[in-house]
Amino acid sequence: MKQRVAVCAVAQIKNEPDIWYQRFQGMVLECFESIVEQTGVTFDMEKGIRSVVTCSDDVFDARTISDNAINDVVGAHFRGEEKSCQDGANALAYAMASILSGHDDVVLVAGHCKESQSESRRMCTNLTFDPFYQRPLGLDFLSAAGFQARAYMNRSNVTDAHLAKVVARARSNAARNPFARKNDVVTEAEVMGSPLLCDPIRELHQYPVTDWAVAMLLCCEERAHEFTDTPVWLTGFGNCMDSYFLGDRDLSESMALQKAAGRAYAMAGVDDPKTAFDVIELNDAYAYQLSMWAENAGLIEQGRVAEWIDGDGMDRMNINLSGGMLNGNPIMLGGLARALEVILQLRGEAGDRQLENARRGLAHGSTGAAGQHHAVLVFEK
Amino acid sequence: MGYKNKNRHVGIVGIGETKFSSHREDVNQPEMIHEAVRQALDDAGLKIDDIDCVVHGNMELFEMVHQPDMWHTLGTGAYGKSAFRLTTGGTTGGTLVSGADNLVASGMYDVVMAVGFQKLQEGHTTGGITNMADPLWARKLQSGALTAQAAVKVIAEFGEERARRAAMTYRIIMDKHACKNPNAHRAFHLEWDQIDDLMAHSPPLIGDLRLIHMCSQSDGACAIIFAEEKKARKISEKPVWVRDHITVHREETLNLANNYYPIDTTHRFAAEKLYERNGIDNPLEYFDVFEMYDPSAWWGLDWLRDFFLLEGDAHIRMVENREIMIDGKMPINPSGGVISTNPIGATAMIRVAEAAKQIRGDAGEHQVPGNVEHGLASSFGGTMWTVLTMLEKETNW
Repeated sequence: MKQRVAVCAVAQIKNEPDIWYQRFQGMVLECFESIVEQTGVTFDMEKGIRSVVTCSDDVFDARTISDNAINDVVGAHFRGEEKSCQDGANALAYAMASILSGHDDVVLVAGHCKESQSESRRMCTNLTFDPFYQRPLGLDFLSAAGFQARAYMNRSNVTDAHLAKVVARARSNAARNPFARKNDVVTEAEVMGSPLLCDPIRELHQYPVTDWAVAMLLCCEERAHEFTDTPVWLTGFGNCMDSYFLGDRDLSESMALQKAAGRAYAMAGVDDPKTAFDVIELNDAYAYQLSMWAENAGLIEQGRVAEWIDGDGMDRMNINLSGGMLNGNPIMLGGLARALEVILQLRGEAGDRQLENARRGLAHGSTGAAGQHHAVLVFEK
Repeated sequence: MGYKNKNRHVGIVGIGETKFSSHREDVNQPEMIHEAVRQALDDAGLKIDDIDCVVHGNMELFEMVHQPDMWHTLGTGAYGKSAFRLTTGGTTGGTLVSGADNLVASGMYDVVMAVGFQKLQEGHTTGGITNMADPLWARKLQSGALTAQAAVKVIAEFGEERARRAAMTYRIIMDKHACKNPNAHRAFHLEWDQIDDLMAHSPPLIGDLRLIHMCSQSDGACAIIFAEEKKARKISEKPVWVRDHITVHREETLNLANNYYPIDTTHRFAAEKLYERNGIDNPLEYFDVFEMYDPSAWWGLDWLRDFFLLEGDAHIRMVENREIMIDGKMPINPSGGVISTNPIGATAMIRVAEAAKQIRGDAGEHQVPGNVEHGLASSFGGTMWTVLTMLEKETNW
């Protein structure tokens, strides 16, 4: 890669269960105004933002062309806007491509999702399945995750007690993140006592319904200094699509994540992912996914997951200090939330969670049933 | 200025288009997509293993499939590959081309396949489009994409008789082109002597917008394969180069009090900026073919002025003099355009595919006579958004 892409600024609102008092346009506007204030970026046709990449979803917004409603808010008045309609990690990657191609110098990325707006997350995600064979069965992201959780737990000797530890840790990490969804801190016993949603997934094993918006400013290497003194470099990306029918996959592992991570490491020049990262954020929409994604991204040794969880491996590797997806980020924005925490850590702006000397981080996002599509980003200071 | 330093050239090396029709009950969505993908691979002489990355797009509320690229993996062949999904409403196809161009030019991927599709038969098109309007302020007023705004504007400026006759002339030219394109959805074999009858008797939809003026609702898919320069020259004997693209949106708010708002259209703005930065002084002279996203005859007629930066009645005269016909001075939509064929998520990509075929010289019966070196394609969507794509036969710009 001849050039590097800089993240010059990030902005977010607080994750909340139901932002009933504000439309999603208002949520994005707050982020947008913060980015402009932080960087002084303009929409000048020569020097400013000509292209915006947004991330949202028609079904969750219940609006055809969900980005249509957001154009004026993100400054795309007589400017370009393109919507990445998958996990937001891919929106960052597309913005990166727009800059590396030479087509754009400065790209604004903005995402929004109000999961609270939809009557039922399960109804929305049921629509991902084909209308002929699978939708009538009532499959949705939760039931697909249930299959995967069972298959993975059988393979990995991860138990209900391990999952309880993952959830309790996520909640206590989130308590130190002022932008995290405000949840009760829970004990492992409380997690193990929470009702089953879809065996073996318990209520507290699932990410809660959340509303959120986020924005980031990306820029080419030679102009990054115009907008920030503390650029964070996006140096690696990889994504990959798995097969559609759940029965065509071995659900206990993820070919797509293995490949996505391998591609990101190759681009960033990471030789040994087990030791390469100072901070790691994984898109754990369900508790079983945290260790499963860590294993499949090559971050920990295969087959040693139970010991890794028992031995506080998550803390040693600084995984999901933000609280993770488990504590609550909306669907579609998981990857952007993960990237945001890594960027804050590398910029030294993570507040009470701040690590010393964090130089390289990994952020992960996934889309689809039981992780059909994965994306991995590598950031460096 | 970034776009002046494109990291590397990107060539179109494979094109696939399904037959377009009002209903494809014989195939499901991935099967229909697979037809276009298969054709594009065969056209390029590639196997699916040669593709690094798949970019997918449509408008998902039409068929009501959430994240349809998941299911469609069965048809796109994205399994194990890098995969993106980009959607921008009607402009989706243009955005997919811009996206594929950026992804290849960036150096991140060498060979990228873009896939656009729509199966409008499986949804309710006008309901789906109406659903884009703000639920509080505009949804009760919006009538899908059916609007007589352009008709009102053209009539106010040029008078009823001249405007109506020009719009119907435009319509008949497009039908004559569609009759030459075996993939076209609607080809009526309209004759010139039907103009007066159609102007008077085609069923009115809204104001001066009549049924015959309006685009179809189609099923179909389009796939285009892009490759970086070295591979492109190896794969294809006549790669078509993506020179530049520009995307221009505007705010969603429909100004109901003033038909002329905003004074500058996104079309004219996009065209001005694109020509300026590529040093094109006279687009009418420069381009050999233009595939326009013309959702109705009124819009097509009106927008000609903006895309070619014309003044006064120059665009009306172009139509009256039939200069936009396939063998005319400035051939517009030799494929028959959007009025004949509109599978929305694929439509804008079909514009690029058709312009590229013209440059390759293998468009068949609807090939523009003579040498076609410079092509232009437009996309339309949302609240008057534009994507313009410039295609070239050579890399000598």
